[in-house]
This record gives sequence, C-alpha cells and structure tokens, in this order.
Amino acid sequence: MKNVEEIGTTEQGELIINVGPQHPSTHGVLHLVITLDGETIRNVEPHLGYIHRSIEKMCESLSYRQFIYVTSRMDYLSSHINNHGCAMCVEKGLQIEVPPRAKVIRVLMDELTRLASHQLWWGALAMDVGALTPFFHAFREREMINSIMEETCGARLTMNYMVPGGVMIDLHPNFQPGVKEFITHFKSKIDEYDELVTDNVIFQNRMKGVGTLSKEDAISYGCTGPTARGSGVRCDVRKLFPYEVYAGLRFDEIIETGGDCFARYMVRMKEMRQSLSIIEQLIDNIPEGDFQAKTKAVLKLPKGEFYTKIETARGEFGVYIISEGGMTPYRIKFRSPGFSNLSALNHMARGYKIGDLVAIMGSLDLVIPDIDR
Amino acid sequence: MFLKKYISDIFNAVGSLLKGMRLTGFYFTHHKEIITQQYPDNREQLNLPERFRGEVVMLHDENNEHACTGCTACELACPNATIKIITKFDVTPEGKKKKALDTFVYHLELCTMCNLCVEACPTDAIKMAQTFEHSVYDRSQLTKKLNRPGSKIREGVE
Repeated sequence: MKNVEEIGTTEQGELIINVGPQHPSTHGVLHLVITLDGETIRNVEPHLGYIHRSIEKMCESLSYRQFIYVTSRMDYLSSHINNHGCAMCVEKGLQIEVPPRAKVIRVLMDELTRLASHQLWWGALAMDVGALTPFFHAFREREMINSIMEETCGARLTMNYMVPGGVMIDLHPNFQPGVKEFITHFKSKIDEYDELVTDNVIFQNRMKGVGTLSKEDAISYGCTGPTARGSGVRCDVRKLFPYEVYAGLRFDEIIETGGDCFARYMVRMKEMRQSLSIIEQLIDNIPEGDFQAKTKAVLKLPKGEFYTKIETARGEFGVYIISEGGMTPYRIKFRSPGFSNLSALNHMARGYKIGDLVAIMGSLDLVIPDIDR
Repeated sequence: MFLKKYISDIFNAVGSLLKGMRLTGFYFTHHKEIITQQYPDNREQLNLPERFRGEVVMLHDENNEHACTGCTACELACPNATIKIITKFDVTPEGKKKKALDTFVYHLELCTMCNLCVEACPTDAIKMAQTFEHSVYDRSQLTKKLNRPGSKIREGVE
C-alpha cells in the first residue's frame, strides 16, 4: 500500500492538486491539474472535455437554417454574436444582401449582448476574488437587458434571433424606449461599479502585476479580445475588418499596455462605455424597411469554402464552412476565442501564488462550453 | 520612508473601503431599489412578453377548427425531431381523397424553443405559448398531441 503522503507529489516534492469540476452544472466545468511548490504555481494543465457535445459534428447533419441555433449553446453569454457570425457566413456563401434595418438591429443586439456578458463577467470576477455584493449589482442591470431581449426575441439567453438574410422578427414597439431607459439607468450605475470595485485598494492589489502576458506571448498564443488588448495587441475585428455598420460608427478600440489582470479588467470596463456609446448612436437611427431579405425556402451553399469572423465579448469567433453544394455543410469548424485564451493560462499563472490563479482565470473571462464545444 | 508608505497605505485602504461601504449603506437604507421578485407567490402578477417562447401550441377557434394542412413543413424545419406529423386521407364530398392531419405529436422534452417551426408554417397553424412551468412527474407526459380531439381543418385553408 502506498503511503498517503506520496500520492499527489512529484519526485521533486512538488504537490499536485486537482481543481474542479465539482458538478456538471456549476460555473464552468474546467479541470485544472496544478503542480505546486509550496504555494507557488509551477505548472497548470487544463483538462478539457467535460462538456463536449460535438457541436461541429452535429452541425454537419443540420441544414443551413437549423445549425445556427446550436451555436447559442457554445458561448452562451454572447449567443447573439455567435448566431450573427454563422448567419454572416451563410450570407457570404449565398451572396445575400442584408437590408440596412436588419444590419442596424443586429449591431444593436450584439452590443447589448456584449454589455450583458461584461456585466456578468464583472460580477463573477468580483465574486471570485472575494466580493459578493457586486454580483447582485451586475445581475440587476443584466436583468434589464434580458427583459429587452425577452420582449423582442422571445428568449432570455439562447435567442436564435439571427437568421440568414436578416433577423427573425421585427423589433418590438417597446424596444427603443426600453433601450433608452436602460442607457440612462446604466450610465449612472457604471460609475457605481467603478466606485465599488475598481477604486478598491484591496481589489487593485489582487489584480495589479498579476498574471502578466507580454504582447509577443499574446500573439503567439493566439489570444484575442480583451485578453490580447490588455497586452497591447490591436485585434478588434470590429475596427480592423468592419462588418455590418461598424465602419460608420464612432468608437475606440480599447488598448491597455499593462498585460496584467488589472489591464484586462480595465479593457472590459472601458469597452462597456464604448458599447453604450455605439447603442446611443444607433438607437435613434434605425432605418425603416425590411428586417429580412427574401431567401429561398431551402438554402444551398455553392461548392467551396467560406470563412467569416466576428468580435464576441471574448474575442475573435470564426466560422469556417466547407460546402459540397448540398443542403447541409460538409464540414464546419468554429474558432472559439476561449480556447486560445485558455491556452495562455499556464504561461500567465506560472510563478504566481495559488490565490492569484482565481484572479487570473477570472480576468480571462472563460466560458467553458465555448472551449469544449 | 517605509513607515510613511505603510501608514498612508492603511489610510488609503480604509478610505476606499468607506467609499464602497457608502454605496452599500445607500442600498441598505433605500428599500425601493431592491428588485427581488417573490416568484412562486407572484404568479398572478407575472406578465411574460407575448413573444416569449414557452412551448408549441396549435391554435383552435371556437368551432374546434385548426389551420394545419399536414404539410410537414414544421417537421422538416425542426432541428431536433421534436415534431412528428401523422396524416390520414379524408374523402371530400366530391368523392376525392384529400390529405389531412391525423395527429400532431410534439415532444416537449426534445424542444429547444428555437421558433423555426413557427417560422416555417405556411398557414400560421402553430404558435409559441407563454407557459413555462413544464415539470411533470413522468417523462411520457411531455409527449403531447397538439390537435384537440374531434378537431378538423378550417374551411378555405389550403
């Protein structure tokens, strides 16, 4: 019989511990095998596959209208943006011209989703580092967005609102007043967020100088989104490869050069204000017209390969479709931002204390179904 | 120098804590800002939006007539094989055979409320209802027959 002390130790006397998952329905079922020297992290190895549903393979048996709804189940916090990316890829293949009204509705919904996602991240991050109250503050504001979504799209989280050629149903008459009320409400609350968490000295000490990722490493690990922008990499798809109406909008690409957890935190906080400004620019300028282009009953993409990318709340989301000319795709590949961002975790966490790992993971804003698919 | 920084750190920490606590105190004393809903008790006041997708229902009018022709467009549109349409052949007064709906089987346990069937329906025979409390004691109760007993297709719907 093995001595109890020998189990879970390496030959150098380093301790190996397993973190998560406790239950399949908990906040992210990520299994981390951590090698510790005292309290210092030597190695972090993420084990994936606990929530793998083979979504890419599933999509191969679904038609081009049907496969879009499955992508809501990947990054469920930016499900609108995932659906948008898939719809754009199908439109690219079929060369459908989306009506201007649908374009504006799509961008409005994307930005509302981004706000809701960042609000949840803010609450969850503060809870991870030990502050419980911000979570309830964040959910209070997120509830307003969910109500707006519920009214117009019919669902709160997995909306399935984007269809090839536009959006499924026209905006609800209460949409514009609801969004305007939300903007005025949230503008005062986002200052409260700063007061409550950003300015807190304990929080800053937990975040500053922790989990540094240099610009070169961010690029080589393929990080995108706020994770890379916190390290000073220009990678906002909305700015660099504008889609829909983003080219005509005034907004800044947020770049922080710190590369630590606090820089990533600040990128997301500033992005929330940018999203608010985008919504403000568009909410009074929704053009009249059709909300959906006329499409055939059965969509058949021509033979070939199609790729589109889109900026979700976590980074660059890519859809790659290979078509053989039939009703269903031959192969679909999703490039999810969470997977690449997670791969940098080992590099970021090495050398820091185990308590910092929670803050580093929180600042990465991981959504595990997005990583496993 | 070290002592000076040590003391100023303490004052800064206390200051930032007080700043946050001022906000917490505000919510503690202002009960109108609290938005908790007492869910099972407020069922009567609970107003779900009309577009909310709870389950698929078939619309019947006062004469127990529906608009479903049995064309299976919804069955083909469904990504999860939630809908199964069983058709029969009716004999019209002229003596011709006509395809008609026999049973509209709906598996609620497979449904993801994606609304694609409602979009696909050419005669607006089905819609999404606002009911959301679907828990039952046995799984077989989740398989539903949507057309009511004795119902027939409305005149003029093709």
